[in-house]
Amino acid sequence: MVINCEQVWHEISNYLEGDVDAALRAAMDEHFGTCKRCASVLEGTRNVVRLYGDERMIEVPAGFSRRLEKRLAQSARVSSKPWSTWSAWLVPVAALALFVGGLRVANSLTGEQRPVQSEHAQTGHNIPPEMLVVVSAGAKLFHAPGCGVIHNKDKERTLTAKEAMQEGYVPCLRCMRKYMETATAGHAALGAEANADLDADDDDPQGGGR
Amino acid sequence: MAEADTVLNNPGTTREQDLIARVQRGQNELFYELVKPYERRVYAAALAILRNETDAEDVAQEAMLKAFANIRQFRAEARFSTWLIQITVNEALMRRRRERTVVMEGIDDRHDEESEYAPREFADWREIPSEALERKEVRQKLAEALGTLDRKYREVFVLRDMEQLNIQETAEALGISVASVKTRLLRARLMLRDLLAGGWEQGWFSRLPFEKGSKPW
Repeated sequence: MVINCEQVWHEISNYLEGDVDAALRAAMDEHFGTCKRCASVLEGTRNVVRLYGDERMIEVPAGFSRRLEKRLAQSARVSSKPWSTWSAWLVPVAALALFVGGLRVANSLTGEQRPVQSEHAQTGHNIPPEMLVVVSAGAKLFHAPGCGVIHNKDKERTLTAKEAMQEGYVPCLRCMRKYMETATAGHAALGAEANADLDADDDDPQGGGR
Repeated sequence: MAEADTVLNNPGTTREQDLIARVQRGQNELFYELVKPYERRVYAAALAILRNETDAEDVAQEAMLKAFANIRQFRAEARFSTWLIQITVNEALMRRRRERTVVMEGIDDRHDEESEYAPREFADWREIPSEALERKEVRQKLAEALGTLDRKYREVFVLRDMEQLNIQETAEALGISVASVKTRLLRARLMLRDLLAGGWEQGWFSRLPFEKGSKPW
């Protein structure tokens, strides 16, 4: 295959990407060997890619890192938490998940356990369904990672809050209460609404799964 | 889902994977450590799209916060850096859309340059060695050259060649076709090659101690 300069220029970027077939590559290599101008274009283009790909080409304004770290730290504190920074749409989703999960929990309980479980369920209203929580074999609670009252730590398993609730685990009062205390007023209000729904459905014999 | 535990207990796990798993498990304070290696790239991506340092910094911060808020949705099969850059590009594009008219964007994007571009021929050009980037004036000249490119070329070039996204990822981040990425990338690279080679004629690099005639063309 013989190709001209225009064809080489058209493919030179793909050539550098390794995105040309063997025949074309061979033809281009042959061309570069005989055409000084195209060889110069190839080397120049390669030089461009190497120079601009160098980390040193990226400069940030003075104080950028410090300001970023500060803003993230503020956010991490507020959301510790998790979740006050979560987008608003997650709140109703979380409420719904807890509503569903709560039903399953409620239906799996005996009458006398209900008040305690209801309290657990209430504390869980702001837990995002995708939040990773920890459960352990032989226990019925799910915990925020790092909670001090996780039993059987050697048999820990991580899953999402939604999955934990679907499996019948209920929130640990200790670590989830702490989490509830940092919830914003908006979250608390939504939690109360979800709780009202839960209460209503507790009386609904059709409600829930298990 | 014992994924996170598996990662933590796997001695082959990279530091980054370990950090991701820990942040996903609630150790929020480690998030900055996780993203610090990429903060410059995040800023550069935002700047390429917004061309304003203040806006770029603000969007970079917003993108980091969004990544933090959504860290549990990150899946290990993706590259973390790519995920971060894509969030940033998305944030920056949204910011720009808010601040400019949709009509202007549309017109600009339809004019994808299909005509051939003939690279210039230079009598005196030689390779600029990477060591030259130690010099601020060289970096400045390169940045200025990049700044002269039209937006559509600059964005593709920055994402592919500076941010190191692949062609497909660049296309996805910008919402354009793979073919458009290739066309624009070719044009951007050739134009920059011409600008840099032309820089020799204009004396941009004349005071630099490059070996004279090391690669004369």
